[in-house]
Amino acid sequence: MAQVKDQEKFTYRLWRYDGAPGELIPLLQSAQDHFGYIPRRAISYISSVTGIPESDVYGVITFYSQFRLRPMGKYVVRACAGTACHVSGAKAIIETIEDELGIEVGDTTEDGLFTLNTVACIGCCSLAPVIMINDDTHGRLTPASLRKLLREYRRREEAARSEGTGSQEAAGSRADGE
Amino acid sequence: MARKKRAKKVIVGMGTCGLSAGAQSAYDKFEEILDANPGSFELSRTGCFGMCFCDPLVEVRENGARVFYAKVTPELATEIYKSHIEGGKVLEDHVAYSRDAAGEGGTEADYLALQRRIVLRNCGTIDPESIEEYEAAGGYAALKKALSEMSPDEIIEEVTESGLRGRGGAGFPTGFKWSLAAKQDSDVKYVVCNADEGDPGAFMDRSVLEGDPHSVLEGMAVCGRAIGASFGYIYCRAEYPLAIRRLTIAIDAAREKGYLGENIMGSGFDFDIKIKQGAGAFVCGEETALFASIEGQRGMPRIRPPFPAEKGLWAKPTNNNNVETYANVPWIIVNGASAYAACGTEKSKGTKVFALAGKVRRGGLAEVPMGTTIHDLVFKIGGGIKNGKKFKAVQMGGPSGGCIPAAMDDTPVDFESIPATGAIMGSGGLVVLDETSCMVEIARFFLEFTQSESCGKCTFCRIGTRRMLEILTRITMGEGVPEDIEKLEKLGRQICETSLCGLGQTAPNPALTTIRYYRDEYEAHIDEKRCPAGACTALVDFFIDPDKCTGCTLCARKCPVEAISGEKKKPHVIDNDKCVRCGQCVTSCKFDAIYTK
Ligand SMILES: Cc1cc2nc3c(=O)[nH]c(=O)nc-3n(C[C@H](O)[C@H](O)[C@H](O)COP(=O)(O)O)c2cc1C
Ligand code: FES
Repeated sequence: MAQVKDQEKFTYRLWRYDGAPGELIPLLQSAQDHFGYIPRRAISYISSVTGIPESDVYGVITFYSQFRLRPMGKYVVRACAGTACHVSGAKAIIETIEDELGIEVGDTTEDGLFTLNTVACIGCCSLAPVIMINDDTHGRLTPASLRKLLREYRRREEAARSEGTGSQEAAGSRADGE
Repeated sequence: MARKKRAKKVIVGMGTCGLSAGAQSAYDKFEEILDANPGSFELSRTGCFGMCFCDPLVEVRENGARVFYAKVTPELATEIYKSHIEGGKVLEDHVAYSRDAAGEGGTEADYLALQRRIVLRNCGTIDPESIEEYEAAGGYAALKKALSEMSPDEIIEEVTESGLRGRGGAGFPTGFKWSLAAKQDSDVKYVVCNADEGDPGAFMDRSVLEGDPHSVLEGMAVCGRAIGASFGYIYCRAEYPLAIRRLTIAIDAAREKGYLGENIMGSGFDFDIKIKQGAGAFVCGEETALFASIEGQRGMPRIRPPFPAEKGLWAKPTNNNNVETYANVPWIIVNGASAYAACGTEKSKGTKVFALAGKVRRGGLAEVPMGTTIHDLVFKIGGGIKNGKKFKAVQMGGPSGGCIPAAMDDTPVDFESIPATGAIMGSGGLVVLDETSCMVEIARFFLEFTQSESCGKCTFCRIGTRRMLEILTRITMGEGVPEDIEKLEKLGRQICETSLCGLGQTAPNPALTTIRYYRDEYEAHIDEKRCPAGACTALVDFFIDPDKCTGCTLCARKCPVEAISGEKKKPHVIDNDKCVRCGQCVTSCKFDAIYTK
């Protein structure tokens, strides 16, 4: 697997921090990669290493929609609410996800499997309506095909769980070009 | 190794668009076939060719002749292998586009006939992860020329002469912008590439980054030489993981080959590039907010002057251009300014890439000479409207733009004509709307977007957009009052005048242009409580298509007010007097049988 080489670990990044300005957002991004969200203690830790006041760190976190202060599900479903998707029925798509998963936009399912967010545009407008599940993009959806897709994820997860091992790999079988 | 090259090459389009349509399974199938029949063909991947409506797209290339197959499933992959690759017989029924070795004739040739590929010259043709293929296509020749044969002033002159204008929206002359940064006396300067692509409905920057990342790196390096900068940043939105990965690969490869780094090609010129990921904020596409974001702060716009050329990133002289702008540069350096200026209109030179999306039959990317009409884009390239519906308008320029009605579709696309309609060029997103799109609803949609993306610095932008959104929402709910239209116009003008950055200055555009061209639709909502397009759920009726309904009873069970009735296994019907228009039936139907009118 050709993972991006420089997806450095959070701690490594902090350890390497040399006071160069502009590192705050990359630090937060690696913290979020590492924990799945940005926990309280990461804020204190980043603040103590960089000397940036906690309140400023917090201000940056809340400005950008990418950052989460609460844990996210294993699968982050990002439903596109962009223009092309909007005129191709994104509203029904988002409502279908909410209904299928039993959560609202911004929430995480109780089993910690799915988090639902909306994004402005995924850049696959010609395949609208589009959603992303983690890094995989799915296009030309209808409410019916979407339900099937989400159930497929859930089924795969359950199968992996009942086997007791390797759920991580089973879940990671993604179609992102490798 | 002097092994003879295989004649046939299979190339799978693997941009994000191709992958989301299933390109990976097509690729896997070809790989499996190749494993079973080693050496029978060559397998490779490429970026987006622009024909997204055909995704997954697979090309079979032989001695210069190209055949593109549409919607390739694993089954079709097997057929292509048997018939075309083994048997030499093209599967005509599945061909999306073909071209013989001389580059002429073939199927669906009109899709590309009007196009002129400068920015997209390599997209969908070369493997974006291979620097060798980029070099073979003439890559890095521009950098070589710029470093060995041209002085920085000559580079700037060439770009100025070409008439290239910024593709990020405003159309600022690129050569002039470079000359401003070049004039500054500073030991440190920066080259920034704006790859934030915030307009929902635009995806050309993504396609260039995924399909031809080196062209952007090369353009940035040439710019660095011209203005005297030795460091560049690409600010790419985090929603584009594949673009970021391909850029990372490209930067590593360019460093290894000595196109980036110290003393490039022995010229004494140093230049390196770093990627910064955006974190999801539309306003960060605005250049001063973008600098703040790279610096690790909240992405709030700054007051200009000082302009970026004087004090930009880290308060150093900075040149910021859009992805597409940089991708044009190598072509201009190699082919010369006059070749570029030969294309386009008097004041808008060259080409522009448009992202066709929405209700158009052939959605995808199209690169056309400036001055092409909207009609040609929608009908000749886009193939007209989906499902035999009527063309109503195009939305251009995203949340800062406006709607241009079908009656004005002879408007040429360039930096003069489009703003005259009240819309803007923007980054080139062209969302096609048909008779089922409600213009009030579209305006509401964009206000919702700008309202939530307003950074909150300017009062009118922060609160004014909220008021406008409230008014538009109540109109679409059938609760509008007659004064609403005037109120919208007044608020709109005030927001335009009192906002610091482009976000606020343009946020009212979608509402103002739709009022200008579709006042009657606003009035129908307000006076008659009717949505002429049948799109505002609060004002429409729901129906079940008896041909699609299987009588599974699911919708009847979901309906909170028991408005749906029917026998098991027979088509159901909706009683619109009882219906509360919640839309639950639409989302629960497994057969997509419910529609609104
Ligand atoms: C709210 C707002 C959002 C913008 N978003 C983008 C964007 O996503 N991409 C972009 O290239 N330019 C964007 N711009 C324009 C940039 O500020 C800047 O003008 C542009 O990147 C300059 O590049 P150019 O000269 O090559 O066009 C935006 C401007 C505003 C006001
Ligand atoms: S609008 Fe949904 S992918 Fe662009």
